[in-house]
Amino acid sequence: MFAYLVRRLFLMLVTLFGISIVIFLLLRIVPGNIVDILFAAAGYVDPADKANLEKELGIDQPLIVQYWHWISGFLRGDFGYSYVSEKPALQEILPRIPITARLAGLALLFSASIGIPLGVISAVKQGTRLDYALRVVSLSGLSLPSFWLGLLILTASVAMFGQMPIFNPNPQTWLEAFTTYAVPAAAVGFRSAALTMRITRSSMLEVLRQDYIRTARAKGASDAAVNYRHALKNAILPVITVIGIEAAFLIGGLIVTETVFNIPGVARFLVEAIRWRDYPIVQNLVMLIAVVVVSANFIVDMLYAVFDPRIRYTD
Amino acid sequence: MRSVWALAAMAALSVLTASTITLAGEPKQGGVLRMYHRDSPANASILEGATYSVNVPFMGVFNNLVIYDQHIAQNSPDTLRPELAESWSWGNDNKKLTFKLRQGVKWHDGKPFTSADVKCTFDLLMGKSQQKLRQNPRKAWYSEVNEITTSGDFEVSFDLKRPQPSLLAMLASGYTPIYPCHVSPADMRTHPIGTGPFKFVEFKANESIKLTRNPDYWKKGLPHLDGIEYTIITNRSTAILAFVAGKFDMTFPTHITIPLLKDIKSQAPNATCVVEPTNVSTNIIVNSASAPFDNIDIRRAVALALDRKAFVDILFEGQADIGGTMLPPPQGIWGMPKDKLETITGYGPNVNANREEARKLMQKAGYGPDKHLAVKVSTRNIAEYRDPAVILIDQLKSIYIDGELDVVETANWFPKVARKDYMLGLNLTGNSVDDPDQSFYENYSCGSERNYTNYCNKEIEKLFDVQSQQIDVAKRKELVWDIDKKLQEDVARPIIFHARAGSCWQPYVKGVTIMSNSSYNGFRYEDLWLDK
Repeated sequence: MFAYLVRRLFLMLVTLFGISIVIFLLLRIVPGNIVDILFAAAGYVDPADKANLEKELGIDQPLIVQYWHWISGFLRGDFGYSYVSEKPALQEILPRIPITARLAGLALLFSASIGIPLGVISAVKQGTRLDYALRVVSLSGLSLPSFWLGLLILTASVAMFGQMPIFNPNPQTWLEAFTTYAVPAAAVGFRSAALTMRITRSSMLEVLRQDYIRTARAKGASDAAVNYRHALKNAILPVITVIGIEAAFLIGGLIVTETVFNIPGVARFLVEAIRWRDYPIVQNLVMLIAVVVVSANFIVDMLYAVFDPRIRYTD
Repeated sequence: MRSVWALAAMAALSVLTASTITLAGEPKQGGVLRMYHRDSPANASILEGATYSVNVPFMGVFNNLVIYDQHIAQNSPDTLRPELAESWSWGNDNKKLTFKLRQGVKWHDGKPFTSADVKCTFDLLMGKSQQKLRQNPRKAWYSEVNEITTSGDFEVSFDLKRPQPSLLAMLASGYTPIYPCHVSPADMRTHPIGTGPFKFVEFKANESIKLTRNPDYWKKGLPHLDGIEYTIITNRSTAILAFVAGKFDMTFPTHITIPLLKDIKSQAPNATCVVEPTNVSTNIIVNSASAPFDNIDIRRAVALALDRKAFVDILFEGQADIGGTMLPPPQGIWGMPKDKLETITGYGPNVNANREEARKLMQKAGYGPDKHLAVKVSTRNIAEYRDPAVILIDQLKSIYIDGELDVVETANWFPKVARKDYMLGLNLTGNSVDDPDQSFYENYSCGSERNYTNYCNKEIEKLFDVQSQQIDVAKRKELVWDIDKKLQEDVARPIIFHARAGSCWQPYVKGVTIMSNSSYNGFRYEDLWLDK
């Protein structure tokens, strides 16, 4: 087990090192830096001022020096300063993380709590009008972009109620908290819910055709017992896998949803930082996300190994 | 008899005026103005900024030496008012401008304002101080200033190389606040200190900007508002929906396109909306350094192919202006009158005849129905650029030019233009002051950094200086019109149209004036108030 742990840990570090190189180089491959963008906004370029500013920000140095400066700082917990706001990068990043985490968590909760039950119902009621209706809902969920759905929700709420949920970082009431997080979470989670519904349905249909389900019915088990105790328990594994994968894809949906609902989360912040080529923010933020994802994988690997000895001996 | 009618008219006018005042009511103190902001500005330093994303939210933090009257829509030499200067006077040779400064003014941190601050500010702008601005986009405004001298704490003089009456116009721009000597340019980017009606509270990038009332403002009783809060919403649809839902008291100024204005008026019929020119022209930049546009015939053909009215009808439902370099009247002070404008190549009302002439020029250059000229039309990846570029490509077809849209990301646009890596470009030019000195020197003088095409005509440049020194406004106008005409006929940077845009506010917001010949100079907001 110790050798397995060391090997996995080593692989994790190699992965993170690779990611750091990729992030760093990709940002430099994208044309233009913060100075170009500042001067583009100013509508002129003064070569001397441009050179001074590049020197001030340290982006005139060789790439290897810039990389070492960044990565050594990251390892020490020194994230540097945002080029745009000139505030410490960590101070800019940290307050935004919980906002996006809450939004992502709620979106996943929405996805599971809507997608799984509806998927089961759709499978159990296969071929009925209800099944067709639910399949249309799931198809629309996969087809509607979250930004469009978000705008639809905002327009409808303004047209019908004359109100609009604007992000409130300190909600005072449950209603405020609900409008702050739940509505955008629903907009972004709708796609995941639709996907979950489809996977649950197909997985359930497969399980419901198994012999042991027929046996359970022959034994006189109730429909509810067969569907939920026997079938769903066995059908849920691929669903959980899909929800896990969706969690990683969620960031894409959150970027547009945070923009539409004007939520100052980390996803929108990352896109804005990329637009400004704000290297200290982008590099450190992406690296933090990478560390979280890779660490989560590492922990899952360890847990698999703990629970299934075959893995730690054969890997 | 005539005098009786005049008396009656005056009486009626005075009754009307009195009733207007009664209806408007006395300004009420208090309340926080909530506005959305279209964009997250790079920082809070107006002197380093070049977009009104910076000077809209931060203009209220500062004062200028002089300022345009904030309640007269048209900026002109007649609407200049003293602010930190109590008065100004020109020397006999019109080469020395002296300001008597207001006494007892304090910076937001309590330090006294003196003439040293004025000198510091302009030394910074002229690049003469030890401290440097990161960016100095309007350095050229002060190229005729020799030096700034102080005489005691409350008098300051600008010594000029030659007369330049427009200097006052530059000083009145929202882009020319006075900065304190005791705060570094770097700190002014993150926590600006001014003498203005509102104190800076915080700026959270992509989130919000907050200002609060300056209780020690030197104008007693002002500002009326307790503060201003800008919520940064980059998505225009979301921002407008929030305004309609009453979450905001005002839209971001001149942020509403003409088609969107109808939506707002139907969803929020009580809102007050105005449409004004922005003094931003949409124009064509031509790379005359290399073939095929080194051929003046082809450049002229492009100018002749334009159907400006079609652009205005499609993009602005008819609500935009056709003019030359300077914003056309009645809002523009210096623009050519219509009859003079129509004498310029390509501005004649008969588009078919213009295009016929253009086709002849193209044939002279070797192109025709069987041999089209393939051209890349480069522009920035922003709707305000892309949409007119598409129309331009369509119009160029009529003169044997096959245009291909080349969309360029903002970060690459100016480097690409600077290295002349384009053939034809569609460009937008914003003028922060409606004055020929700002526009001519910035955009058309040899060697200017914002002269993207490197257009250089020494004869015309001499005329720039002649008009610049002319004290008499009427005589200066005549000179300016002649120069403007020459610039259009030289196809220096053909102007397609001058845009207009809408601004809206809720009915209880009082004292808003949207400037009609500048979208940069009207955001002090010190006597804006909320009637609720």
